[in-house]
Amino acid sequence: MTTQSKSITLHLGVLALLAVLFFVLPAYHVGAFSRIMVLAIYAIGFNLLFGYTGLLSLGHAMFFAAGMYGFGLSVNLGGLPVIPAFAIAVATAGLLAVGAGYLALRTIGVAFMIVTLMFAQTVYLVILYFGEYTRGDEGFIVQQAQRSIAGIDLTSETARYATAFILFALCFLVMARLVQSPFGKRLVAIRENEERARMLGYDVGRLKLQALVVSGTVSGVAGAAYALLFGYVGASFAAVHYSIFPLLWVLLGGAGTTIGPLIGVMFMFYLIDFSSGLTNAYMLVAGVALVLITLFAPHGLAGVLRKKVFKWLP
Amino acid sequence: MAAVNILETKGLTKSYGGVHANTDVDFVLPRNKITALIGPNGAGKSTFVGMVSGRTLPTRGTVHFEGQDISGLPAHKRMQLGMAYTFQITSIFPGLSVEDNVSLAAGRKLAHDKAAHAAKTAAALEKIGLSDRRDQIASDLSYGHRRVLEIALGLAQDPKLFILDEPTQGLAEGEVDAFVALMRGLAKDTTILLIEHNMRVVADTADHVAVLDQGRLLASGSFDEVQTNTAVQSAYLGTPANV
Amino acid sequence: MDFGPHLMLASIEGAVISAILVLTAVGLSIVFGVMRVVNVAHGEFFMLGAVLAWAVTVTIGGHPALGFVAALAIVPVLVGCIAAGVDRLILKRINYDVDRTIVATIGVLYIVQQSTLMLYGPEARPVEAPFNTRLALPWVELGENGFQMIWPWGLSVTSYKLFVIFAAIAVLGVLWLVLTRTKVGLIMRATQQDRDMAQAFGVPVAQVYSWVFGLGAGLAALGAVLVVPIQQAHYLMGGDPLLLAFIVVIIGGLGSLPGTVIAAVLIGMSDGIISVFFSPTLAKIIATLLVALVLVFRPQGLMGRIAV
Repeated sequence: MTTQSKSITLHLGVLALLAVLFFVLPAYHVGAFSRIMVLAIYAIGFNLLFGYTGLLSLGHAMFFAAGMYGFGLSVNLGGLPVIPAFAIAVATAGLLAVGAGYLALRTIGVAFMIVTLMFAQTVYLVILYFGEYTRGDEGFIVQQAQRSIAGIDLTSETARYATAFILFALCFLVMARLVQSPFGKRLVAIRENEERARMLGYDVGRLKLQALVVSGTVSGVAGAAYALLFGYVGASFAAVHYSIFPLLWVLLGGAGTTIGPLIGVMFMFYLIDFSSGLTNAYMLVAGVALVLITLFAPHGLAGVLRKKVFKWLP
Repeated sequence: MAAVNILETKGLTKSYGGVHANTDVDFVLPRNKITALIGPNGAGKSTFVGMVSGRTLPTRGTVHFEGQDISGLPAHKRMQLGMAYTFQITSIFPGLSVEDNVSLAAGRKLAHDKAAHAAKTAAALEKIGLSDRRDQIASDLSYGHRRVLEIALGLAQDPKLFILDEPTQGLAEGEVDAFVALMRGLAKDTTILLIEHNMRVVADTADHVAVLDQGRLLASGSFDEVQTNTAVQSAYLGTPANV
Repeated sequence: MDFGPHLMLASIEGAVISAILVLTAVGLSIVFGVMRVVNVAHGEFFMLGAVLAWAVTVTIGGHPALGFVAALAIVPVLVGCIAAGVDRLILKRINYDVDRTIVATIGVLYIVQQSTLMLYGPEARPVEAPFNTRLALPWVELGENGFQMIWPWGLSVTSYKLFVIFAAIAVLGVLWLVLTRTKVGLIMRATQQDRDMAQAFGVPVAQVYSWVFGLGAGLAALGAVLVVPIQQAHYLMGGDPLLLAFIVVIIGGLGSLPGTVIAAVLIGMSDGIISVFFSPTLAKIIATLLVALVLVFRPQGLMGRIAV
């Protein structure tokens, strides 16, 4: 089998598995997986910038929130139906990515991390400041009646899973194609040795911006999907820990792999689900996980698989 | 009719505060010849080549490539015009395989044509003898093989102007011989600019030699002319020019 | 209260914020300057200082001053030791690699914060100040009989807040002396300048790093012990100091202690004044954006020698 056909088989296999799970899992876990798939879209967006391009952003929550609020406000305040609202949400995230990216990419390394963190903090604070419209930390609900397309109610368990699956499949496959394309390979070149990439004639600045915009836009899709499917919009999704989560998921699952983000989200979701039953300090688990991963397994689960066994893993 | 000189610099100067790394260098590079740039340590060779390739911004002066003024162009645009650059300290993609390294170098021009891309990558690997190491991770290579990979990255781009910064540094005798043969084979279709300390390599390859000292162009001509130039001799040996 | 006295009150509040901020930011700056490490958990060491101060005062009981003095003596050292432990167990193992250090310290942040939540609980608990007399402050007004000193109602400061301001200045002074006049300070500055050279000269760089990391955390904890009688001890109180300390260090410029001090005063005062006259949220928005833009357009800050 060629690398390409192995890769296609892998990705379609994962999707087939997710489809089967719907029929096999009990109701609670079906709901869990709907959430997992939406958050995995967020992780996939983050992974493009962090795993493939090598840029660590600590502010991705701003893109997720842009999608979430873009959708929620369009529906609640603007009275728009689902599809235009979704389009506006994704466009908002994309525009934010262009603006924030243009400024932030003038810095590198630690400065880039801090600048992205600060921009995201600004977005969070602005959301709080305009609490009159955004309801601040408390957030607001997107009514069930508004969350339907062509008469299909998207709030039923089945419709939720189906929608999450379709959106996830789309992002998953598109991203898989992207990272194996020349564009994706150039991003990896930047990660491995930016100066060398530049001296091979690649427009490194433009490539980084493109990567950031795609990454931010996909994160926005996740935010909009979350608001659409789970009906809640709140400022906490713009706060710092929502920028840390994708980092945690991607590190755990395997940065720079296509299946890593999904694996990471699944793992962490159930780990936190389990520990929040024990204590209200469940983020302790996240902290311990981060320390252990960075000490002993910096490549993450899929990363280790790629190193030891499946060298072709995209 | 292509111009005799593929590259010309006029008044190229680089000053860092009070330090003058290069001063008023008027330099011409003849097409399809191998030119060696020599000079004592600290003469400003790497800085000069940095300004030609676009890695360093000049304080003043101009660079013309193929008749076009490229003084304001960033490095990557100059590479796109047909320059290739190999680093003095090897700069490859450490986590990627040898093949992926070369593939990236060839990819800028050929990524849209899969067959041509693969062919060029294979040809470049073959030419420098790294074909059986194609799957090895670049950071695992020995020093000598790394230097060779560095050169392969340049080859894969089919450059019009190939700039090599001390390419034979630290290489064993046999490896240096292979390098000389490679350069001679390339010279028919490519212009080569070598920064070199190894005089044997200069003698064996260079059609044209330019000498830098203390940031200025001291002399240029054939290897014999330059070797017998008294100013050059005193620059290297430190004795006064007119004894 | 009129504008003038109100401004004075805001300035005093700002001065108190600056005092604490200076200690916290200097701690962060020293760690980054010497070790090139960005310690995202720095705010949690601050919070630990406050929480442990509460624990000490509650355990000792009796007159608040007793507990307070004990806390001042014990808590910074204790937090410093915990931090040194983090350095040895974690940071050393990952060889201070920039990306992994950030991730690891984020992990430490959650571990410290959530452990405190588990053991201390989600409530905010007050600590009594060792002394707390109210001092009315005069304001000068132009009246019918020329300049007159008046005592507007509401314009006052507590003796404790004044103490905090002077304590911070004193600690800074001691720190400055240690850094510039003692051998220990020399070793730290040498390690900051050129780690490999320092090692070649026999400086035990690994140990210096542990001490420096401990010192940074200890300074933050000290600031927290000073501030806890004014605020309260709460497990989430580390977030704001972290953000502000970052802002100060970046604007003041890394590797520059005078820059950090100046920036701390500037930012503490503005934060205090803007918070009093406008909303605290707006103050934070301005501060946050300002930091980002400074990093984008002038990465060396006011007086820094190293860019981040």
